[in-house]
Amino acid sequence: MTDSKYFTTTKKGEIFELKAELNSDKKEKKKEAVKKVIASMTVGKDVSALFPDVVNCMQTDNLELKKLVYLYLMNYAKSQPDMAIMAVNTFVKDCEDPNPLIRALAVRTMGCIRVDKITEYLCEPLRKCLKDEDPYVRKTAAVCVAKLHDINAQLVEDQGFLDTLKDLISDSNPMVVANAVAALSEIAESHPSSNLLDLNPQSINKLLTALNECTEWGQIFILDCLANYMPKDDREAQSICERVTPRLSHANSAVVLSAVKVLMKFMEMLSKDLDYYGTLLKKLAPPLVTLLSAEPELQYVALRNINLIVQKRPEILKHEMKVFFVKYNDPIYVKLEKLDIMIRLASQANIAQVLAELKEYATEVDVDFVRKAVRAIGRCAIKVEQSAERCVSTLLDLIQTKVNYVVQEAIVVIKDIFRKYPNKYESVIATLCENLDSLDEPEARAAMIWIVGEYAERIDNADELLESFLEGFHDESTQVQLQLLTAIVKLFLKKPTETQELVQQVLSLATQDSDNPDLRDRGYIYWRLLSTDPVAAKEVVLAEKPLISEETDLIEPTLLDELICYIGTLASVYHKPPSAFVEGSRGVVHKSLPPRTGSSESAESPEAAPSAGQAAEQPAVIPAQGDLLGDLLNLDLGPPVSGPPLAASSVQMGAVDLLGGGLDSLMGDESEGMGGSGFTAPGPAAPAGMGAPLGSGLGDLFDLTGGVGTLSGSYVAPKTVWLPAMKAKGLEISGTFSRQVGAISMDLVLTNKALQVMSDFAIQFNRNSFGLAPAAPLQVHAPLAPNQSVEISLPLNTVGSVMKMDPLNNLQVAVKNNIDVFYFSTLYPLHILFVEDGKMERQMFLATWKDIPNENEAQFQIKDCSLNADAVSNKLQGSNIFTIAKRNVEGQDMLYQSLKLTNGIWVLAELRIQPSNPSFTLSLKCRAPEVSQYVYQAYDAILKN
Amino acid sequence: MIHSLFLINCSGDIFLEKHWKSVVSQSVCDYFFEAQEKAVDVENVPPVISTPHHYLISIYRDKIFFVSVIQTEVPPLFVIEFLHRVADTFQVCRRSSNVGDTLPTGQLSNIPWRRAGVKYTNNEAYFDVIEEIDAIIDKSGSTVFAEIQGVIDSCIKLSGMPDLSLSFMNPRLLDDVSFHPCIRFKRWESERVLSFIPPDGNFRLISYRVSSQNLVAIPVYVKHLISFKENSSSGRFDVTIGPKQNMGKTVEGVVMTVHMPKAVLNMNLTATQGSYTFDPVTKVLTWDVGKITPQKLPNLKGIVNLQSGAPKPEENPSLNIQFKIQQLAISGLKVNRLDMYGEKYKPFKGVKYITKAGKFQVRT
Repeated sequence: MTDSKYFTTTKKGEIFELKAELNSDKKEKKKEAVKKVIASMTVGKDVSALFPDVVNCMQTDNLELKKLVYLYLMNYAKSQPDMAIMAVNTFVKDCEDPNPLIRALAVRTMGCIRVDKITEYLCEPLRKCLKDEDPYVRKTAAVCVAKLHDINAQLVEDQGFLDTLKDLISDSNPMVVANAVAALSEIAESHPSSNLLDLNPQSINKLLTALNECTEWGQIFILDCLANYMPKDDREAQSICERVTPRLSHANSAVVLSAVKVLMKFMEMLSKDLDYYGTLLKKLAPPLVTLLSAEPELQYVALRNINLIVQKRPEILKHEMKVFFVKYNDPIYVKLEKLDIMIRLASQANIAQVLAELKEYATEVDVDFVRKAVRAIGRCAIKVEQSAERCVSTLLDLIQTKVNYVVQEAIVVIKDIFRKYPNKYESVIATLCENLDSLDEPEARAAMIWIVGEYAERIDNADELLESFLEGFHDESTQVQLQLLTAIVKLFLKKPTETQELVQQVLSLATQDSDNPDLRDRGYIYWRLLSTDPVAAKEVVLAEKPLISEETDLIEPTLLDELICYIGTLASVYHKPPSAFVEGSRGVVHKSLPPRTGSSESAESPEAAPSAGQAAEQPAVIPAQGDLLGDLLNLDLGPPVSGPPLAASSVQMGAVDLLGGGLDSLMGDESEGMGGSGFTAPGPAAPAGMGAPLGSGLGDLFDLTGGVGTLSGSYVAPKTVWLPAMKAKGLEISGTFSRQVGAISMDLVLTNKALQVMSDFAIQFNRNSFGLAPAAPLQVHAPLAPNQSVEISLPLNTVGSVMKMDPLNNLQVAVKNNIDVFYFSTLYPLHILFVEDGKMERQMFLATWKDIPNENEAQFQIKDCSLNADAVSNKLQGSNIFTIAKRNVEGQDMLYQSLKLTNGIWVLAELRIQPSNPSFTLSLKCRAPEVSQYVYQAYDAILKN
Repeated sequence: MIHSLFLINCSGDIFLEKHWKSVVSQSVCDYFFEAQEKAVDVENVPPVISTPHHYLISIYRDKIFFVSVIQTEVPPLFVIEFLHRVADTFQVCRRSSNVGDTLPTGQLSNIPWRRAGVKYTNNEAYFDVIEEIDAIIDKSGSTVFAEIQGVIDSCIKLSGMPDLSLSFMNPRLLDDVSFHPCIRFKRWESERVLSFIPPDGNFRLISYRVSSQNLVAIPVYVKHLISFKENSSSGRFDVTIGPKQNMGKTVEGVVMTVHMPKAVLNMNLTATQGSYTFDPVTKVLTWDVGKITPQKLPNLKGIVNLQSGAPKPEENPSLNIQFKIQQLAISGLKVNRLDMYGEKYKPFKGVKYITKAGKFQVRT
């Protein structure tokens, strides 16, 4: 007999029929009926109307029937809480049934019924079950405590269940111990500071015993729990390790990795002279390798963890290079991880093999993978000095293939090789120059320009080459512009006679014709250096560069140690501590490796931490530009310095400048140097389309205090307090955003609630999703006296640096005054970004609507809105949401609307309005669906005000 | 732990969802679809995806994505292992349509993996030693990498509470082993004997890995010549497969698959044995060779036609080889004997060996 027949009834009046059958006297018929009900439930039909009838079947001694009724209860109790109480009595009775299976079943089901009213009745039966004579009941009850805690934490604590749970760790049955640990771990997640899992040597012993006998899932919980224990000395650590090692042979990869975590952590306490230390190292390799023969998803997680392990203890896998060789049909995410680990394991002993493999990979089909393989060859050259020559010739071979992206990657890495081994491989420059024209990626162009500038004296036509780049200067990316500027200055310092014109040209392009503050600042500095003291300029610009370190992306040692404690968790996949990404980080306690005890050895041996020392001295290898470009919150917003100690500081800064783009802290200098006046605050970005002559200084540039017009059109939310006085030494800031005739502004009220006068106000924004930036400095004309307020409208533009924020409309702001710098963040309503020309042509609208895939459609409800379609349409139009068409379908109005964001993203909308229903349905379609939610919020705000 | 689970088929329909705590909206899967779109191939969807409020951990099995939604820090391997078990269960359910007439058993037994009161009229214990060779052979024919992934799958139908000991002729081969939880680890450590009370029915007793290069014999060799001429729209293809180190057994079930470069339009080949197909859409060449007889080596040879005007393909396709060898464990592993304690009857015992190609790739 199959059960499929239960799924096939589709007769009319089914519910009535079932009702009758459920109330039948015949047991068989009843059971059949309950089965039919469950079948309907499973396929998604609503059979909640049968609740009382099904609950009536609960009182039975037939285990199968009881299970089915419980299943039904778990599903519908939430929607019928009052009726669910009817079942309580039976539960309480079942918890005392002579059959342990029924007792356990009852307590399990009660835990799954997430209804507040039921929980209080659950306490007594649960208490009994936690002390039941049968281990199966106890283990089920243990898990139930965690479930109950999730519903009502206070209740669980008041009832003393946590203590009972802790007692269960010493239970005689391993399953019970495992479940108690699992439940406590789950509860501890939401209770970070509680010492729920305070372990002592006795309880550790219990856990280790249970470890051998409980299920695989229990083992994972126990191992994770053990990993948090701090052994009192190396002997205890060793004995725990000895008892954990058998888990390395478990078939479940999660058990294996959790065991690896415990061992990696406790190994830290063992002396390296111990024989056991060596044995343990040997034992760790095979299970890690075995993980790589599992399914690709498991491989991926394993590889991310192995990446950490080889950084911490490279000796474990140093002979296992081959298992990381890439198979052509590995998923791309596995390929990339394997490649990373191959480079980490590369050494003089295996470099020949590694290079042969990498060369093979460079001819594969997948572009991302090929790029990474080419880059890896460069990294090998830098890491293993003996192989550098071979790597360079391999790279040259690859350049000969003329495959565009291969050439570009090769040039990027060759630049690093030049840095690492100066004056060794410059003979290849000629070959590189041949490929100049094919470079279309900023990073490759910048690398090539760097090479030309650095070796200008050996390249006969260096000036011509650089000049050719200069033609399209403004179309280049910032990275290339900065590099070009520096390269030409280098060239000038090396060959001053022929290149004077060129350097003039680039300096004026960078300073007078550029909107980019970093570029301008670097330009001004060079300009000043060259004009005041060319000798100093030479010393700065052509200074000897610090050597680059061997490996570019080693995880910083303290972070690595922390991550080792998180092996097997999400943190190990992201290579970030949980506090960095787990939502509501619940005051995560930072974990750390135990200190090494035992013998006198205290420092790490050199092979274990190969570059810890070096890394400290040399901050980074040619840091990526983004790193230095100034996260606003770290910016120095200090008041302008009128006479900076130039000689001293510029030399320093010049050195930094060679590395990247950060000149932020020099912001105050240029006004004086360039003969400007009254430079009040550093503007993070110049406004677009503000063609004010820059040469005369920057001070008057921002002279654009947007006259506050009358508020018409676009909806403006009332001001709210953004920065309370408590947090800002007496400065209170409240504000809102508005948009009028195309101009966005931030309307602020600054109130001085302190006892002293405030002055020297300035404002900056962090990079944000839509590049919002102040279009002018914050103009507070007179100092702000205590208890005084001032209203300011700060014009904004959208040409600032862009960085995706979460939430998307988050804006981080720094405000400075004479007292301090304060930070706050606020959410701006998206409709300030809706532009005036956001009306789409009808035809275009139709085509676009069809063209955007359906999965990009998001639907929202706008509740409690009583406007009619025309009023809605008018109201929205005020905020640049344009109605393109209106249709009436079966009594409901459909509005088709479009809007465009400042960054050119179109959003199409369909708004359904039913006359009798105050809830509107809004469907949004957009190629960038992440904005939909915020557009909806804007709709909601506009319509309700 | 796992908050919700979504099952998604290849055409992107969410056809099943299960929520353990509160309901998480289906829209969370949009992040998954986004990643899927980016990955192009279904196999390349990253298994861990972060979204603003959740983490999505997924596996891809039998053309179904199992996407779990996570809200707190959990061991991802725990989740992935669990998802694979769920997938296993679905597979079993699909095979046998008869669900759930029995309640979970064994819960009350002292040995959690075995139910109490098992009874058979014919008591049997079968072991299949299955070895797969993973290898990468470079274009000159030398082995870049090779290892054996072995498993012993058991089918045990024995009454009562049998306590078994399985010993090997050469247990030293096994230095990297993963065990079923029923195996007594201490006995293995001290005596190299697998001692266990088995679960009832089919299960995987151990899996193991033999990697030391000299122990991994490579049973076939491939001679190949695949070349494309510069400025011509054709190329040559000539592949011969022959036996090598096969311990006197026949290599059978040989199939070669090759992902040809994109520029290949079609292929005109002649096979001396078996049949070949070329799918011009996926560019996959499949040659079903069958058995290899050393007297007459199978050969596949002919012309490759390229799209006219396309540049000469840069990449060299890898040849993927499948094969089987019956009655041979290529590592040389041999079962010595099986003893049973605790029960009085005499069981029927059997051991079968088979060697197969795992990920066996020949670079050209």
